Amino acid sequence: MSALLKVENLSVGMRGSTGEVVPVLENLSFSVEAGRTMALVGESGCGKSMTALAIMRLLPEDFVVTGGRILLEDEDILSASPKRMRSLRGNGISMIFQEPMTALNPLFTVGDQIAEVLRWHCRAGSAEAEEQVIALLRAVQIPAPEQRVKAYPHQLSGGMRQRVMIAMALAGRPKLLIADEPTTALDVTVQAQIFNLLADLQQETKTAIVLITHDLGAVAELADKVSVLYAGRCIESGDADSVVRHPCHPYTRGLLGCVPHLKLGWRSPQAWSDLAEIPGMVPPLGARGPDCAFLARCRDASELCRSRLQPALEPIADDHAVSCWRKSELAA
Amino acid sequence: MTTLETSTPLTVESSGQPARRAASPGRVAFRQFLRSPSGVCGACLLIVIILGTAIGPVVYPVDPLDLVGGPFTPPSADAWLGTDYLGRDVLAGLIYGGRASLAVGAVAALITIAIGLTVGALAGFFGGAIDAALVKITEFFQILPPLLFAMVLVTLFGQKLTTITLAIGAVSWTSAARLTRAEFMRLRNLDFVKASRAAGAGDAYLMLRVLLPNALPPVIVSATLAIGVAILFEGGLSFLGLGDPNTMSWGLMLGQNRNYVLDAWWAVIFPGTAIFLAVLSISLVGDGVNDAINPRLRRRM
Amino acid sequence: MAFVTHFLRQIVNALALLLAVLVLNFCLIHLAPGDPVQVIAGEMGGASAEVVAALRAKYGLDHSLPEQLATYLGKVATGDFGYSYYFNQPVLELIAQRLPATLYLALCALVLAVLIGTLLGVISARRPNGIVSHAVTLFSLAGYAAPIFWTGLMLLLLFGSIWPVLPVAGMNDVVHPRQGLAHAIDVMRHLVLPSLTLALVFIAQYSRLARVNMIDALSADYVRTARAKGLPEWIVVGKHALRNTLIPIVTVVGHQFGNLFAGAVLVETVFSWPGMGRLVFDSILRRDYPTLMAVLFFSAVMVMVANIITDLVYRLIDPRIRTGQS
Repeated sequence: MSALLKVENLSVGMRGSTGEVVPVLENLSFSVEAGRTMALVGESGCGKSMTALAIMRLLPEDFVVTGGRILLEDEDILSASPKRMRSLRGNGISMIFQEPMTALNPLFTVGDQIAEVLRWHCRAGSAEAEEQVIALLRAVQIPAPEQRVKAYPHQLSGGMRQRVMIAMALAGRPKLLIADEPTTALDVTVQAQIFNLLADLQQETKTAIVLITHDLGAVAELADKVSVLYAGRCIESGDADSVVRHPCHPYTRGLLGCVPHLKLGWRSPQAWSDLAEIPGMVPPLGARGPDCAFLARCRDASELCRSRLQPALEPIADDHAVSCWRKSELAA
Repeated sequence: MTTLETSTPLTVESSGQPARRAASPGRVAFRQFLRSPSGVCGACLLIVIILGTAIGPVVYPVDPLDLVGGPFTPPSADAWLGTDYLGRDVLAGLIYGGRASLAVGAVAALITIAIGLTVGALAGFFGGAIDAALVKITEFFQILPPLLFAMVLVTLFGQKLTTITLAIGAVSWTSAARLTRAEFMRLRNLDFVKASRAAGAGDAYLMLRVLLPNALPPVIVSATLAIGVAILFEGGLSFLGLGDPNTMSWGLMLGQNRNYVLDAWWAVIFPGTAIFLAVLSISLVGDGVNDAINPRLRRRM
Repeated sequence: MAFVTHFLRQIVNALALLLAVLVLNFCLIHLAPGDPVQVIAGEMGGASAEVVAALRAKYGLDHSLPEQLATYLGKVATGDFGYSYYFNQPVLELIAQRLPATLYLALCALVLAVLIGTLLGVISARRPNGIVSHAVTLFSLAGYAAPIFWTGLMLLLLFGSIWPVLPVAGMNDVVHPRQGLAHAIDVMRHLVLPSLTLALVFIAQYSRLARVNMIDALSADYVRTARAKGLPEWIVVGKHALRNTLIPIVTVVGHQFGNLFAGAVLVETVFSWPGMGRLVFDSILRRDYPTLMAVLFFSAVMVMVANIITDLVYRLIDPRIRTGQS
């Protein structure tokens, strides 16, 4: 089965004030098939959101794609015309943003904001559009959708707003849905509901999903494949099960160590004291050398690591690749 | 006025505890100001204007109220910028009129800010009934168009430069009051103020020593701009025939020569340009000051 | 309904403030140096001794101040704002004759200022570092600093003697027909210079305001959402960003109506527009206090009305105010 979305060696840079380009994302490759979910994982500042915006061709002003290709059904969208891009957005690819509070326009009703997609992509008349909007709101399990159509964003709770965002993203029946940390701004109980909703909707629509998250628990439940990003580089990727169960890169292990229920199961909070944290911070843009980006924070780093460049992403098992000089030792 | 004076040294005292290591906030702001091109341009222009009115009489010793020639003499070697409808020298008028206009602007702005700061600080600090009453008073002054209100005051109380200055100050303080009130209300609930209060600071101490220095930056910007507004007001009043006929000012020159603009453009264009450049330089300085003390906004302006 | 109560409360508030303006007028008459009767009659109104005596009786100037205030308010309540001895007409009539032309000028200038100001602001916000943007910034600085009466005189000079393509005085030509399309065109031609002069200073302010707010709006998350939906750029800017940009402009327009009105008075005296401007000018010259005080009162009325309308528009644009912030 050929992939719906193929990202090949994507590199993104940020243009500084003096014109030099600082790498933000280096040589990222991944793909996702229709009806499947691909997760991009990492801490804030690792380039996950930039990947999403690069696919949408909505990178902020100072950011530029410096290399690679993005293929949607074998069409290179990096070279698509602005007009073609507009017709793809909302229709071919759509996106759910992190902050449902600010991502909706406060001055228009949610019904109107969803109907816009239908009006522009499906040429729907207003009566027809309203009917479809109600159906969409029902599909994302918003109670009393007939009334909520006329509600303004500030009248809805955070979870409801994110459901509205999802309805909006799905309105154009996109082939690919990018969800950029869709639950970060929400309460924990609502997070689970939103993830379940996404999974259910994917079952019905066969939409491919690129899920951006730092929640490895969600990855274990939802994703088919996963790429772990660190400082703009993919350091581990492969089958979601395999990566979550047998993480190989010290960073992935560190991330998993931060998720209580994965590491410890249901144990009393006292036991959480051995819950790991990763010391240090992601190196800032421009401070990333040619050697392994995780070196400074790595507990397992050896002299060998310090003397060599960033390791290549190489397979250690079927459908599981790692970028680490000590991968064989650590995997064992 | 007293509030402004006592507060100036306190700004440094309260926020620059490690005085030896860190530069004082005033100096930092000044350095920032020098980096703002518009601010520096405005300051240079303003200095030129002030110097012109200060040393002008030495270079060009002509009395602005003397009749030096026939009316409507075009610019010539005798009267560099010509004469007005009575035959008075226009350049001399610009030099001496500048003194009056700038003085009216500065003093009226000080009055504006003094009233605005007092009203705003009291309302914002105490809240409740005091706030409600002061807000009502502010609202009341806001519905009176400032220029027309000043016009009525000057007609009733006499066309003297002092009356004009007081009238301008008395009608244009509302925006300074609103600004100060908002700042005080915002600051009142911040932790460092609560801490100060918990430590037993009295109302007067809190208002003058804790809140005021922190509320000052935006007020300083609005004070700068108020000078320009006051100069425009003086011009507007004179234009309506309400200038002080015994004191030459830019506004008076415009107001008295307005009907002869088609006969003697120089008597109208030059004082108007003077007002324009003075207000322009002041608002550029205001921009620069704003940039210097409010770096967050710099990129937007 | 919340809206109706709010609206009623606003009107009551407005009436209270206008009553306060009347009390202020009364106080000013008595605080002013000289005999109040002189103020009421107008210094140069040529009021004879009989008239002065009559006025003294009419306003009860021999009674206590509170009684005098009651008399004064009673007169105003019946529409008696005094008599202008210079114009030889009741003040209310004078105002009623002149107010429409001033309002016409002010509103035209307001529409021009909001349209052009917003447009310039939006254009320059789209490319904050482009040439247009810098030009708009310069223009708005200059427009803010240029005294409105001086700009008017410059335009008068330009179109009056150098390049006479537009009328520079009055509201219509004497020879032109008084009705029909030709009349309308004639009035419009006369309106061009005064309304443009008046609009300039506000264009300067609104373009600056619109620019700042548009730049903010364009970097807002909801604009990114709108782009992610694949909406055409003109919808993204013209609908999603513009509506958010307009909110602060509406607020400022409301706050500045008093300045607009005063500006109209100044501009009218330059272009001999037959509104309140000439009336004010002559009243000042003749020390016609009743007329001036009435001008102040009615300009306050206009500001009140403008405030109420602004509030309504604001509610129309911003549902967060209309429906109550959660």
